[in-house]
Amino acid sequence: MGKKHTKIKRSFGDQVVQVIIYVVLTGFAISTVLPFLYIVAGSFATEKEIVERPFFIIPRVISFNAYKFIMETGETFRGLRNSIFVTLVGTAINMLFTTTFAYPLSKKDFKGRNIILNLVIVTMVFSGGMIPSFLVIKNMHLLNTYWALFLPGAISAFNLVIVKNFFEGIPKELEEAAIMDGCNDFWIFAKIILPLSKPVLASISLFYAVGHWNDYFAPMMYISNPKMEVIQIVLRRVVLLANGVATDGSMLDYGTLGAPPDKAVKMAVTVVATVPILLVYPFIQKYFTKGAMIGAVKG
Amino acid sequence: MESVAKSNSKGCGFVRYVKTHIWLYLLFLPGALFFIIFKYVPMLGVVIAFQNYNPFQGFLGSPFVGLTHFKNFFIGPDFWMLLKNTLAISLLNLIFYFPLPIIVSLLLNEIKSLGYKRVIQTLVYIPHFVSFVIVASLTYTLFNINNGILHELLLNITGKSIDILASPEYFRGMIIGQSMWKETGYGTIIFLAALSGVDMELYEAAKVDGAGRWRLMWHITLPAIRGTIVIMLILRVGSILNTGYEQIYLMSNDLNRSVAEVFDTYVYTKGIIQGQYSYSTAVGLFKSVISMIMVLGANKVAKMCGESGIY
Repeated sequence: MGKKHTKIKRSFGDQVVQVIIYVVLTGFAISTVLPFLYIVAGSFATEKEIVERPFFIIPRVISFNAYKFIMETGETFRGLRNSIFVTLVGTAINMLFTTTFAYPLSKKDFKGRNIILNLVIVTMVFSGGMIPSFLVIKNMHLLNTYWALFLPGAISAFNLVIVKNFFEGIPKELEEAAIMDGCNDFWIFAKIILPLSKPVLASISLFYAVGHWNDYFAPMMYISNPKMEVIQIVLRRVVLLANGVATDGSMLDYGTLGAPPDKAVKMAVTVVATVPILLVYPFIQKYFTKGAMIGAVKG
Repeated sequence: MESVAKSNSKGCGFVRYVKTHIWLYLLFLPGALFFIIFKYVPMLGVVIAFQNYNPFQGFLGSPFVGLTHFKNFFIGPDFWMLLKNTLAISLLNLIFYFPLPIIVSLLLNEIKSLGYKRVIQTLVYIPHFVSFVIVASLTYTLFNINNGILHELLLNITGKSIDILASPEYFRGMIIGQSMWKETGYGTIIFLAALSGVDMELYEAAKVDGAGRWRLMWHITLPAIRGTIVIMLILRVGSILNTGYEQIYLMSNDLNRSVAEVFDTYVYTKGIIQGQYSYSTAVGLFKSVISMIMVLGANKVAKMCGESGIY
């Protein structure tokens, strides 16, 4: 190591180390994607092939039976529809609450600003806990309504701080010009601040959306009406509880289809729940490094 | 709000401000209501930990019983089990998961080809964004004793059928393994960001002086991320009671319950399922207070180490 011509020529040992690094990293990357590829392949394979072949990422016989099955039983499709609704409306509510609350707090002369910011930060380190929150939602009669998924998490303190910091960074001159033109605070917020904050708003809304899509615990606690089930709840029942028995012990309704292609169906439901995340992933990736960094740096 | 009332006593300056900026206060209102109703009311709601809460008598009418629920919790058999399970998962996480993102960052830092590096990063970040239900489903599909491919693989290697999903002795390993698979890639971001700030000329200068790969890593790369490592470690120790209950809840079943029950899942079972609101609130309050003290303590330690802290 460390010979004179390091820049041009590497020692043999050094090259071996370099190869090992490439192998380890490539192996790691493959291990993260391989389970997804296997699931996708399995969902398009016949039940027979899944049982017989140890591993494959291209099925010999392409079969759409699993997808046909989940379309016809309806619960997966319904879960998907509910999840899309919850994610879209939930994210819209998140953005409305977060931006309107962040804007006044971004004004240095807003009266009460420091006390309010401290009260917000307190909620980051201490909470009443699961049961008091549950009782508040129950006493407001929000159980079995989607409000129970929208409102209790309407503002994430971390995202609020990120948005507030971004608003603070917008040059004051722009606002002053608008004030000269007779604009009030609302129009400044709507016509100047929001349009200038598109990048940060895009990244925050993606984070909120992924959170809604992936949430399992809140729907499990607050929603018991089967018609309102989201996809994560359906997925858990189909894959983990399985064997045709629903959480409440009743048999799932297979209609006239008879016994399902069990393994392929499990994989197909997993794929259906994963695909939306993979579709937005390129956009998330564009923003999240920034978002994760701001979140990690002092608020 | 309290704060508004306080500033009000200062006189007409405030009134004039509110009048000219009435829109600011209107915009402020929904968020303020959110924080009051969904954050501060539940904080006051912890009084039920000191009551025998009864839904019909409500927060105000239920009889006070002092520290009875806390006493029952501490002398009961569950407390030590929960503490043991929680600490075991956290410590294993600290030992096996925590170093991984650092190691992967150091490896990625050795890669010269930007394209290759970007491909690897893109792939390893993906699992962070999928839900725990999906992670649980993948685990089930791969490890179930009925044709799970990794189960078959282990069967061929070890010669015996290992039911990872339903055996208490494999539960912790399974949880740590899932965390490693899901979060290692994403965990590298913060270290890579710290590394991106390193002046490339330092490496060049050291190379001219004859430093090899290991010495570059030891004297330039590691010092560059030392601060980040220290603060991440302190914060991780501070949140040692927070194991994340969604993952654990999803992987627990009747067979591995004895090692799977942690504080948060216990609160859920006792409170939501069994309806023992006061007792479970007491357990939750105990956990919240201890973890708040630990997080704030950790933050203080981080600041003493010369880092900026989080709060």
